[in-house]
This record gives sequence, structure tokens and C-alpha cells, in this order.
Amino acid sequence: MVLSAPAVLLALVPIWYVADSALDAGWHTIKRTVFRERVADLLGNTLQLCVLTMLACLVLGLATAWLVECTDLPLRRVWAVLFVVPLAIPAFVNSYAWISLTRSVSGLSGAVIVTALSYFPFVYLPASAALRRLDPTLEESGLSLGLGPVAVLWRVVLPQLRPALFGGALLVGLHALAEYGALSMLQFQTFTTAIVVQYQSDGEAAPMLAGVLVLLGLLFVTVEVLARGRRRYSRTGFGTARSRRETRLGVATLPVLTACVGLVALALGVPLYAVGKWLARDSGWEGSAVWDAVTSTLQLGVFGAVAAAVVAYPLAWAAVRGRGLVTTAAERLPYLTSALPGVVVALALVAAFADVDGLYQTTALTVAAYVMLFLPRALVNLRVAIAQSPPELEQAGRALGVSGLPLLRRVTLPLIAPGVGAALAFVFLAVCTELTATLLLAPTGTTTLATEFFTAADELDYSAAAPYAALMILVAAPVTYLLLRQHRRGHLP
Amino acid sequence: MKAAAVLPIATIALTACSGGQDVPADALVIYNAQHKSVGEMWGKAFTKATGIKVVLRNGKDFELANQLVEEGAGSRADVFLTENSPAISVVERAGLFTPVDAATLEQVPERYSTTSGNWIGIAARSTAFVYNKDKIQPDALPKSILDLAKPEWKGRWGAAPGGADFQAIVSAVLELEGAAATKQWLAGMKANFTEYSNNIATMKAVNEGESDGGIIYHYYWYRDQAENKQDSGNTALHFFGTQTAQDPGAFVSLSGGGVLKGSKNADKAQQFLKYITGAEGQKALADSAEFEYSVGSDVSSNPALKPLDELESPIVDPSKLNGQTVITLMTDAGLI
Repeated sequence: MVLSAPAVLLALVPIWYVADSALDAGWHTIKRTVFRERVADLLGNTLQLCVLTMLACLVLGLATAWLVECTDLPLRRVWAVLFVVPLAIPAFVNSYAWISLTRSVSGLSGAVIVTALSYFPFVYLPASAALRRLDPTLEESGLSLGLGPVAVLWRVVLPQLRPALFGGALLVGLHALAEYGALSMLQFQTFTTAIVVQYQSDGEAAPMLAGVLVLLGLLFVTVEVLARGRRRYSRTGFGTARSRRETRLGVATLPVLTACVGLVALALGVPLYAVGKWLARDSGWEGSAVWDAVTSTLQLGVFGAVAAAVVAYPLAWAAVRGRGLVTTAAERLPYLTSALPGVVVALALVAAFADVDGLYQTTALTVAAYVMLFLPRALVNLRVAIAQSPPELEQAGRALGVSGLPLLRRVTLPLIAPGVGAALAFVFLAVCTELTATLLLAPTGTTTLATEFFTAADELDYSAAAPYAALMILVAAPVTYLLLRQHRRGHLP
Repeated sequence: MKAAAVLPIATIALTACSGGQDVPADALVIYNAQHKSVGEMWGKAFTKATGIKVVLRNGKDFELANQLVEEGAGSRADVFLTENSPAISVVERAGLFTPVDAATLEQVPERYSTTSGNWIGIAARSTAFVYNKDKIQPDALPKSILDLAKPEWKGRWGAAPGGADFQAIVSAVLELEGAAATKQWLAGMKANFTEYSNNIATMKAVNEGESDGGIIYHYYWYRDQAENKQDSGNTALHFFGTQTAQDPGAFVSLSGGGVLKGSKNADKAQQFLKYITGAEGQKALADSAEFEYSVGSDVSSNPALKPLDELESPIVDPSKLNGQTVITLMTDAGLI
């Protein structure tokens, strides 16, 4: 529990900042900046976006996972790849692609389309991993006890998918809460875009709006905790689970295939086509500037990923093995922080460290901001991995006289290594596309692919933005491939 | 579990190793809220002329102004450049500037500078109404920016209220027309206008006929006209000043530059301001593809532009432009 302290402390800094600013401003200012029509509009927009995107991702993620894992869909190995690859395309690049091709994608429908196409792999990955790991004997027991196939799906299969589905949906929801780039390009206003606007215009309302955002995050997290329950999800049976029988699609094969092609065309085809199209125009590449952005992006990405995984590990462990009220609360706290836009987290760090020479505007503090923002991505993966490694193995290790670091190295880590890999990969991908915290905190003169992309995209200079978009996809591609391989071997939570 | 303590410690060590300032101590650090390209152009030209290294931290007006206020006297920044004056006033009010050298102040006419002498005008941009030539005939153009709040303009124009550019224009309305009239105008605007994320998005929407017209700064239009007219081919630009005297719609916004009190390179910083407001710096601006107005050393602006003194812009003291009241009024009107 003590080792979880860094994670908890880091997560608390921005929340403390938001609460402190609100207290400072006083009730009068809170009343004037929060209880007004514009905020009601923003609340409506934000909630609609989150709920619709989560639902769309649940449907897309579960349907694609089921098709790949449980049916005789042709070319399943190809689809298994294609349903993960959208991870390599940042939401704001997706948004840029759509808006640069057609202005009709905008408002709520546009925002839901773009975010759902970007985020559905967050549900697909855990759902397909969980489906693959299901022991078919449970379903057979259900059938033999007189349940129909629909009832089996509803009462046996879906309950076992709960941690995967809810965990995935929670990630999608928190992403949607904190998304700035993609939504601002689509002219869709949410709390996060409004906070950035307030901050860019000397508004005092930014921390108040962030306070409302924290409460929204709290709501999401609580719902997820309540929905997940406290059951055991690792197998209890002996030996290896038998592989499942495939459901035959029959006459539905063709329509289903068409739907899959359509989904991939929208999620991958559109952004790749748009980036390619703008790349083909003359955009005046400046080699050295691009190279600087690539190296600093990679450096920040690696540091951020390692730091987040290390800080998250003790907390994830405590949350799974401890499972008390305190650990659950501690483990959920980082989720709240991650619902905040990068700019708020960065402001908190500016407020706290502006006068600390040697720390302010260094890579170290920037990495700390990434840990605050992206800890849940590491936690989700580590937690599921730890939950699925039977505690009996660690106990056996202890009984045989191995403890401490050797136990971690010889028993726990090999068991959860895929989860660690996934945690690193997810945080790396997130850092590579982070914008607002990087702008405020990175050492002066540092540019990243995301900051350069945004400078150009903000001026709607699509062809100048294209090289950076392409490079972000290129940087993300190997990491996505890694995730995919882990996933295929059944290693991913 | 004890052994697992190694992990967080290792992280902290790892990140600490990667820390450390990447900026050399003798380099001039410029918090640049002007366009990145303008800051880079001046930075490179200055380095070439003097050999002094320049590092830019790019951001938007209030982002960087707020950051400077938060950083206070300990800031590593030497110079602050803005796009509009309200943001630089924030830093001035926080008492973070040291006066600009008298010789530098003399390079810029009083009209485009401040009475306080704490910062100086470095460039200017004019408010303009961009309109779709198919949707609005020249004789049906609004005479004053205030007309846009009238019912006949409902659903017909766009703007980007979230940006510092538009907020500077509102500050001119406030200064020239007073709080009550501004409040009324903003209410009319809320009822009539379509929101866009920035000037270019506004212009693009007008070009595509989504909006009949829009409030932008002049140079976005000139830039696009000079490039390929992709986002402005169907549009024309209308200046309010020639129509109504002292109209806030003809407001010319001043970009400012100041030297931070805490600067450890104050001499070099003063030298930089002198350079960019001097003949060389102002000519570089006029010769660039930025299309912002030059304001110093009698350098004439880019010849493609309608001359600054023909715009008949209202006389406004830039130091008096009140960003905070504007934000409050715009917040109350539900615009941001």
C-alpha cells in the first residue's frame, strides 16, 4: 500500500489545484461561472457525446470481438489485425482527415462518429481477449441446464465479460471527457474544449469548469465500480480450457463481411486516404525541424510509458489483492485525474513548481504530467493481468521460500509481462499525441509531432499538418503491432 | 513488496537524469504569442545580425500571459511578444515588465505604442468583415460592426469568440461604446452569429457559403489571396472605418513586445526589441508573406495591403483595453 503513494500523490496534485482554485474564487464566482446557460449546454453536449460514444464503442467492440473469436467469419486473422490498427491513428488525426475531406462531419453526430471510430479498439481488445479465455464448459453447463442460446449469452457469457466491457467503456468515456484536439476541429464544444478556450482568453472559469469535469469523472468511475462487482474472474478448473466451437454465420456471412469492410474503410481508409492526399501536395518539409519533433516525441513517449507503468504497478497490485475500500478508492483516484484536460494538469504543475529551478520546464516535470494524465491506461492493463494471474502461484512461490524481488521477477512479472507490455504501449501512444500539457511544460524550444501538427492544423493548413500526421501514425504503428502480437498470443488483458 | 520499492525510485532517478534545462543560459528566451512564423522570422534575422542565440516558446496570447504571471519574477522568459494588446496588458498590470529603452520607444509613433512605455507596438492588424460575394452585394454591407447585432443579420455571420483576436475587438467595442452598449451588442451577437474555432475556419465557412459574412483580421484574407485563394476565392474584404467614423469595427489591434523584469539577459532583450521595431525588423515583416502591418521606423507595410492610415481606425489607447471585463461580459452573454 505504501508503494502506491507516488501514484496517489501524483493523482491528487491536479485535483487539489482545482479544488483550491474554486475555494479561492469563492462562492460568488462559482455561481456566476458554473450555474449558467452555457454550462448547461456544455454539460448536455459532454454527456451526450460520452454516452453515445461509449454505447457505440461497446456495440462495435463487442460485435467485432465476437465475430473474430466466436464465429466462422472468413479471414478472421486479417480482421483481428484490422480491428486493432485504428489505435495507431490518433483521434485528432482522424478528425483532421474527416474535416479536411468534408465539412458535413461536425456537431454531435460528427463528434460521435470520429471518437467512436478512434476508440472502439479500447473495447475490442479486452472483449476479444476475454471471449477467447472463456471456458466453454460454463456455457455448456448453461445449455444443459435448459437455457436457450440467447439466455446463455445474456446470463453466462456477458457477465464474464463485465470487467473487460466496463473497463473498456470507462476508458472510452474518460477519453471522450478529456478529448480536446479532435473535438475542437469538429467545432463541437464540451467541457474540455471550453476549459481550453477559457484558459486561452484569461477566463477565470477554467478551474470551475474543470471542477464539474472532475465530478463527471467521479460519476463514471463510481458507476464502473458498482457495475463491475467483486467477483472472481480467473478460472478455477484444472488443466487447459478446451477451445470453443464456432458459431456459423451461414447466410449472414456476406452482410457481416460487408459491414466489416465498411467499418475498416471508415476507421482506417478515410484517415489514411486524407493524410496521403495532403501529403502529396507540396508542403515544404523542413527536415531538421521534423527530425527534432520525432526524436523528442519518442523520448517523451518512452519516459512517460516507463514512469507510468512503474508508478501504476504497486497500486494495481494492491487494488487486486487488497480489494478494501481504501485501495479501491486509491485505485480509482487516477481515473478522476485523467478525466481532466492536459491543460489543467499542466496549470496545476505550473502553479506548484513555477519557482522550483531545475524542475520547472524540464523533461522530468513533463513526464510527471504524463503519468498523472495516463496512469489509468497503465492501471487497466496491469490490473487485469494481475487479476488473471492466480494468487495461488505467488503463494506457492512464497511457500517455496521465494519472496520480494525474486518473487516479483520469477513469478509475478512473467505472469503479467503481457499486461506490462500493453501498459507501456498504451501510455506511449497517448504521450505521442498529447498536446496541451506538453505546450506548457516541455522545455522551451521543444517541439513534438503533436505540437507541430496542431500548429498547422489550427490554421487549417492541411498540407503542412500532413507530414506530422503521417509520422504520428508511423511512430504508433510498431507499438500497435506489438499490442497486436501480444493480443494474438492471448497475452493481452 | 519491500523490493518493489526499487521500481518507483528507479523511475524518479530515470526521469531526473533526463531533466535539466535544455536551454543555454546565454540564449534569449522569447515567449512568443505572435504567429510562430513571425517569431521565427525575427528570431533568425536577429541571430544573424547579432550572433545572439534565440529560443522560442510558442503559445497563444493569454496562455503565455497567464503562464508568465504564474511564473512571476522567477520566469526564464526574457521577452514577451503578443498578437493583441489585452494579453500584454495582463503582464504589465502584474508589474512584470521593465521599461522599454527610450531610443526604442522613439522608433514607433505614439499612436502605435503605449503611454506607460512598459511595452511597445511591434506590428498591427485590422478588423475586417469578410463576405461571400454571391450572398451579399456591396450596397447591402453593414455600415458598422454594431449593425451585426440587428435582427436582419440573424443567422448570417460568423466569428471565433473563443480567440484572443475577437476578444480584442470586443475590448474596442467596450472602450468606444461603453459597457451597456457592449452588453446589448453581445446579446444580439449571441442571437445572430455562428461560432467557429478561429479566423481561418470563419473565413472558410464564408467562402463555402455556410455564412454570408464573418468578422476576422485582415491578414488571413490577404495571405490566402496571395497563396491560392482556396479559402477566400468567393469572398471580398470590407473595412468598416471608411463607412462610420470611430467605428469599433475598424479597430486596429496592436501586437506588443516587452522585456521581463526578471530577465538575466536584459540588455540583449532590449536589443531584440530595438531590432524588431527598427528598420530591418519592420522591413522583414513587410517583405514576408505574413501581411501584418509594420508600425515602426516609417517602414511601409506590404504593398498589397490597404495602407494603415487609410483605414480610418478609431483612436483607442491600447493600455486601456480591458481583457478581464470583456471576458466577464462575454461569459455572461454565453459566448464563451
